[in-house]
Amino acid sequence: MRTLTRTAGWSAALCCLLAVVVTASAALGPVRVPPVEVAKVLLNGLAVPASVEFGVRDTVGPLLVPSVDVGFAPVFAYSVEDLHRQIVVNIRLPRILLGAVVGFGLAAAGTVMQGFFRNPMADPSIIGVSSGAATGAVAFLVFPATIPFGFGLQGAAFCGALLAAFGVYAIATRNGHTPVATLLLAGVAVQTFLGAVISYLQLQAENNLREVVAWLMGHLGNASWDEVRVTVVAVPLLFLVLLAYARDLNVLLLGEEEARGLGIAVERTKFVLLSVSALITAAGVAVTGVIGFVGLIIPHMLRLVVGPDHRILLPTAALAGSSFLVAADTVARLGAAELPVGVVTAAVGAPFFLFLLRRREVHEL
Amino acid sequence: MSRTDSETDAGPSESGAERSVESPALGAENLTVSLGGVEVLSGVDLAVEPGELVGLVGPNGAGKTTLLRALRGSLDLDAGTARVGGDPVADLPAKEVARRVASVPQDATPSFEFTVEQVVEMGRTPHRSRFSGPDAADAAAVEEALDRTAVAQFADRPVTAVSGGERQRVLLARALAQSTPALLLDEPTAGLDVNHAVRTLELVSELVAEGKAALAAIHDLDLAARYCDRIVVLSDGAVLAAGPPEGVLTRGSIREAFDARAAITEDAATGAPRVTPLPDVAEDASTGRIHVVGTGGRAASMVGRLAAAGHAVSLGVAPSGDAAAATAREVGAETFLVPAFAGVNDDAREAAAERAEGADAVVVVGEPAAGNRAVSETVPPDRRVLVDCGSLDGTMVDDEDVVETVGEVVADADENRVGGFRFG
Repeated sequence: MRTLTRTAGWSAALCCLLAVVVTASAALGPVRVPPVEVAKVLLNGLAVPASVEFGVRDTVGPLLVPSVDVGFAPVFAYSVEDLHRQIVVNIRLPRILLGAVVGFGLAAAGTVMQGFFRNPMADPSIIGVSSGAATGAVAFLVFPATIPFGFGLQGAAFCGALLAAFGVYAIATRNGHTPVATLLLAGVAVQTFLGAVISYLQLQAENNLREVVAWLMGHLGNASWDEVRVTVVAVPLLFLVLLAYARDLNVLLLGEEEARGLGIAVERTKFVLLSVSALITAAGVAVTGVIGFVGLIIPHMLRLVVGPDHRILLPTAALAGSSFLVAADTVARLGAAELPVGVVTAAVGAPFFLFLLRRREVHEL
Repeated sequence: MSRTDSETDAGPSESGAERSVESPALGAENLTVSLGGVEVLSGVDLAVEPGELVGLVGPNGAGKTTLLRALRGSLDLDAGTARVGGDPVADLPAKEVARRVASVPQDATPSFEFTVEQVVEMGRTPHRSRFSGPDAADAAAVEEALDRTAVAQFADRPVTAVSGGERQRVLLARALAQSTPALLLDEPTAGLDVNHAVRTLELVSELVAEGKAALAAIHDLDLAARYCDRIVVLSDGAVLAAGPPEGVLTRGSIREAFDARAAITEDAATGAPRVTPLPDVAEDASTGRIHVVGTGGRAASMVGRLAAAGHAVSLGVAPSGDAAAATAREVGAETFLVPAFAGVNDDAREAAAERAEGADAVVVVGEPAAGNRAVSETVPPDRRVLVDCGSLDGTMVDDEDVVETVGEVVADADENRVGGFRFG
């Protein structure tokens, strides 16, 4: 029970922080919108289910296909200047929401990977997800024709990410066992190989080299509601699966043999954790490109604050990752020329990580 | 009515025996395991019944840990079956195995700052479903485990911040919280001080008395002898001997299993067999033939220590039931004995004197009676080492200096021999 209370307390605090960061981020930009206006717009957006109507949608032969219409009613109706509403809702909010969800997913996946590998240098890309996504995306940008089935850039990146991740998993699996050390090394090897492929593709890229580099450094720009929709729905759902495995992840930290001795179905748990983390990461990086360091340093920071218990660590790290990426992206877009957000996270993250290393020896997780 | 009674009277023990024959809590049949292509266990048979503490002893590399790991299903078997509660481990899901057998690992170095209580709570994992919080049974089991292992007082400390011995007890607490009918313990007393080692084994005995079955790899043969109902000696991956401690811990089995000389005596306090390992005789050391004159515990200790230092020891004349005589027998020393309370007779004295005369040194413990005085005087004073004996000439030393002094005397004797002289 104490764990639940602590989790709720920390999560509530971090949600407040996220609300503040989102509001501030939406207020900042070429056109300043007063934070109060932003808050009003956000509150106006809140809606609660107010009515449910059952009806008959269609008839297929003798069968009646029922329809359920849920009516949403806005709770608040503040009057807001229309220009401000347009800017906040249609321009800034999709981007902020994407940043929040991707940060959330990367931090959650990073937390799981660090626990899973019992290795402080593990991050969401450790099993090749990011390299795979990058390869898919760069291949699409350089040779659009080579990607079959008419996938867009995001589709190519997503498929590349999953192919790489499950490829690594398949390489490291023998006789139904997937030793973590083998997985780690296979991940490194595949990342190196894909790095070579990406370099080669970059040499082939002539006109769109700039586009390629921008994608590789990560960006949240040009996010529209359409692009954001899938990620915003998928990441939180997948996160719930990870949360359900939080206690198993704790036990896995004791070592696989101990975990098995305590009744964890180790190989199945590993597969679930790996594939869900890979999906979350892929859903993020396919849209935003490679954004480093969020999945590496946020889990470390939160582990120092709330301890190693994943029941608390997982939700808090995810929420902190949201705030961090939204804040970093705000910094990235406020400059005279917009920076790729990956540059900001790395530029802020790496020194902070070094500070942590000096401050407190992180030879253990 | 009376007929039924008599039947039920006979019933429980019989049916109990039957049930346990059917399904010992832990069992191994022809268990064969290879690690990295090397056969570590070959054809091990073993059964641990409820209410039984079985000690697993054997030299490093004998396969003790491997056997424990195989029994909890952590290893693939080449042949044979490992059973928990009667069913082959390989056929059971991990969760079911974890409800039947808990283990205390040897060297779990935690690298995560979980609190002690959180670690103990993890023992409840096999009893909880993924989506439910801890229930009353979980809380009660955790609390009991914390109390019984005396770790409750540091339940809130990070497990990385407790000492190695405390951590060992935390792991035992975790295994207790698992509430299983069977326990596997790998060196549960390694790294524990004497007090906590004994308390840990007392606790394990208590649990066994309550009906659990326990299999423990124990390094300390004395503790194993004292607490285990049965002992299984493993050597080179096979069972060398199995049975009650006094039947199994013999000089022969120790030599065969450990390739070491040992003295087996009865522990004065507990009556359990007591194993004192002796070093192999070093060939180049200054060792000689030493004759000991004396009786009782002090002389016994002298005989043991001199034999341990590699000397060829003889003792006499001493009463046959004496402690020194018992030790001398165990270390293989030559003895010149007379029946207890009979006094030194001439035959014994002459035999002992003859042996003493050829010795490099004679150690006299306490004031010798007339017969033994004559034995002592067969060597010149510079080859006498005296402990608490003022009536003879020679080198007077304290108990703890005897071995060193004897070494010097022997070295002098060697030198004199090289120089062509031999006094006396």
